[in-house]
Amino acid sequence: MKILAVCGAGVGTSVLLKMNAEKALRTLDLEAEVVAMNLANALEVQDAQVILTTPDLVAKLEGTRSEVIAIEGIFDLNEIGEKLEKALG
Amino acid sequence: MSRRLAEAFAPGSVAAQVAAADWRAATRVAGDLLVASGRTTPSYTEDIIQMLEELGPYQVIAPGIALVHARPSEAVLTTGLSLAVLEQPVEFGSKANDPVRLVFGLAAQHHDSHIEVLAEIANKLSNERFVNSLLTIHSESDFQRLLSDS
Repeated sequence: MKILAVCGAGVGTSVLLKMNAEKALRTLDLEAEVVAMNLANALEVQDAQVILTTPDLVAKLEGTRSEVIAIEGIFDLNEIGEKLEKALG
Repeated sequence: MSRRLAEAFAPGSVAAQVAAADWRAATRVAGDLLVASGRTTPSYTEDIIQMLEELGPYQVIAPGIALVHARPSEAVLTTGLSLAVLEQPVEFGSKANDPVRLVFGLAAQHHDSHIEVLAEIANKLSNERFVNSLLTIHSESDFQRLLSDS
């Protein structure tokens, strides 16, 4: 299973989101590959089940086949965990 | 202290109790510090501002904390960080995390050259006491001392 963590540049916010998503997945005992990338690259990925991003970037991901999840607090492991569990569980 | 983290902040990369009128000015301070410490050329700062204008305030990553950056490009000379501690908070337009007093600048030369440093600073920023201490620094040496004490 593949999860994308997405932000504008693909090097800052998305990397932090990836690190925290990996922590949340460990807590949930779920296995998934989390990849950080920028918006443009994310729109070309076909095989990701879920895309995690921040609320103001959701509209920029229109057209993707993946389920887009907005994370309000990228350091909020509870929020990330709950939303991932709902999407993947 | 992590030597890697201390090295990410090159001499000239930290300014304390800076006046900035708005998010653009604050972002420019963090960008100028990346230039002054040899990490980027001035066009990188413009790239950051353009990205924030285009995509909104998503780089405000936690309450009171922004991590401003643009894509890796030729404007990045080498990977590193800067920090502007603002005298007065500014609004970036982030519903969840405004107002901002800590503006980190990130220059990433490649997509993976900075990940460990980012993990370390994120870890430190999850410590409320460290964040509160950061807000009170008055010089770059205060910052270095704080890093080595924590």
